[in-house]
Amino acid sequence: MSNNISTGITNTSAPLLKVTNLQVKLPVAAGTLNAVRGIDFEVQRGEMLCIVGESGCGKSMTSMALMGLLPQRANITASQLNFDGAELLSLTERQRSGLRGSRMAMIFQEPMTALNPAYTLGNQLCEVLRRHRKVSRQQAKERAIYLLGKVGISAAEERLDQYPHQLSGGLRQRIMIAMALMCEPDLIIADEPTTALDVTIQAQILRLLRDLQREFGTAIIFITHDLGVVARIADRVAVMYAGEIVETADTTTLFNAPQHPYTQGLINCIPTPGKTPPGSRLQAIPGVVPSLIGEVKGCAFRNRCSRAEERCTTAPALIQATQAHAVRCHFATSPVPSTAIPCEVLHESHQR
Amino acid sequence: MWAFILKRLLVALGVALTISVLSFSLLQISGDLAIAIGGPEATAEQVEQIRQEFGLDRPLIQQFGAWLWNAAQFDFGRSYYYQSSVMELVAERLPVTLTLGFLSLAIAICVSIPLGVAAALKRGSWIDRVAMAIAVTGQAMPNFWFGLTLIIVFAVNLQWFPAAGSESWKGYVLPAIALGYYATPAMMRLTRSGMLEVLQSDYIRTARAKGLSTTSVVFKHALRNAVIPVVALAAVELGFMLGGSVVIETVFSLRGLGHLAWSAISRNDYPVVQAVVLIIALFYIVLTLLADILNAALDPRLRTR
Repeated sequence: MSNNISTGITNTSAPLLKVTNLQVKLPVAAGTLNAVRGIDFEVQRGEMLCIVGESGCGKSMTSMALMGLLPQRANITASQLNFDGAELLSLTERQRSGLRGSRMAMIFQEPMTALNPAYTLGNQLCEVLRRHRKVSRQQAKERAIYLLGKVGISAAEERLDQYPHQLSGGLRQRIMIAMALMCEPDLIIADEPTTALDVTIQAQILRLLRDLQREFGTAIIFITHDLGVVARIADRVAVMYAGEIVETADTTTLFNAPQHPYTQGLINCIPTPGKTPPGSRLQAIPGVVPSLIGEVKGCAFRNRCSRAEERCTTAPALIQATQAHAVRCHFATSPVPSTAIPCEVLHESHQR
Repeated sequence: MWAFILKRLLVALGVALTISVLSFSLLQISGDLAIAIGGPEATAEQVEQIRQEFGLDRPLIQQFGAWLWNAAQFDFGRSYYYQSSVMELVAERLPVTLTLGFLSLAIAICVSIPLGVAAALKRGSWIDRVAMAIAVTGQAMPNFWFGLTLIIVFAVNLQWFPAAGSESWKGYVLPAIALGYYATPAMMRLTRSGMLEVLQSDYIRTARAKGLSTTSVVFKHALRNAVIPVVALAAVELGFMLGGSVVIETVFSLRGLGHLAWSAISRNDYPVVQAVVLIIALFYIVLTLLADILNAALDPRLRTR
């Protein structure tokens, strides 16, 4: 499905990552937490897929499950978790750690604590390359210097001998990006990489990720709760709510013609200069996210949804609105009057 | 790094000077020294003569200066009880105490760190429970009793090791085990809790995300950070074992510093007491300094402070 138009990258053949019916269950004191409740998505080579949703919707759980970093007590099942032809769940731990850092890398939310305080940056950068490729110390160092240049760090050679505590958060996140690129992975999972940073640094890091993704042709799964970020960088968007993907579409379609009431609500929450009257209350979605401990019956969004009716007590199926636009809502087939802001306006407001 | 070491060295020197003042005062507050030296049968003239001979009639500050000058040259005067200089007595016993102390520390480290790491990695498993049992018994058992038990089992019944004396290396085995076991629980617990905390940290998740082997994650990334507080504790434990092994030295009839201090106290042999107190304090200072330097080597954040 989903032919990707916006990147201009021609898909060679099969998607890089194909996820079908991924479920993550975690035993907790009160029962079983159904953190991810059967999600399907694909990532094409070289594309930027944004997974967006609020805290606790299962987006981080999804990324950790893909990387194989969840604790052993987590129960992960999927009909398909196919990474470039390999079924991730049937690999041994040894085989999976061979992929981690090498073909799929990860960038985390907290750059301040993600680096080991006891080792130099050079040590931590070279380590990942030397783990996965047969290269000399010198070659690894040269690659590290090259990539530090790429992520916009000056005096790269001296930086290699520095320790994490000598760097600011923005610089540390650049180091993490360089580290993710060390082995030229096919896929980078970036879990809220800009959330902990200042707004100006955020913009720089976003641009950097976008540029690098184009230059190296790396696919990126970008996890965020910020629709503004999504509008700036995504090729395609998956909106998650309560452990499910409720809507997938390319970025333009999602912002121009969102079909799921939750997506519409999220977009309406964004204030727009010139459109939102000054001094008016910002929109919010009423109600709270349902607890994911135990079974969720019917549509998970129905108790917050203004359109909810009788049939919403049964779980809606994923409806293909167009070829590249899927919505998990009973109302999806009937065209919804768009209350959303045109994508261009949003783009503008966040580029300043 | 050198600036850091220099700074620490100056602090250590200050502490050493303070302790020498305390050590000197110890002798002064113990009563009239001339009477103490003269003994109960000395006449008033004899006491006066001793007072002049030992320079005890001079102002305190002068006495302190002279004493410190001599102490700096390792001259602590003569023992009241033995017919030899204090330094000779100390030099004779120091090797015994040092051997025992370092051996005990080695045993404690070799047991506590691997056990602490294993307990943290397999939290709640049988090995964790075994480690906890060792820690609890080690903390609850008086070490003289454990020493005596070792003697009964390994010296009396099995006759593997001698029950007393320091003539051969065999004599050190049982006391080192007894003393090392005493130091193990705290170090083991600290390693375990440190590892548990570090294993939850973001940089360990990063290390895993890099696909590093479990060995690299645990030993390179986790242990190095978890062991930092253990180093400081080990220094204190060693200081304690060098100075406070009186009980074990007595149980195993080892003639070490602790034994010397204990007998000197019971004989009012103040110059010896004074020298031992000062030497043990200096040990602590040197060990703390070494621990600081080692910690700075392990944790780069400390160097810039």
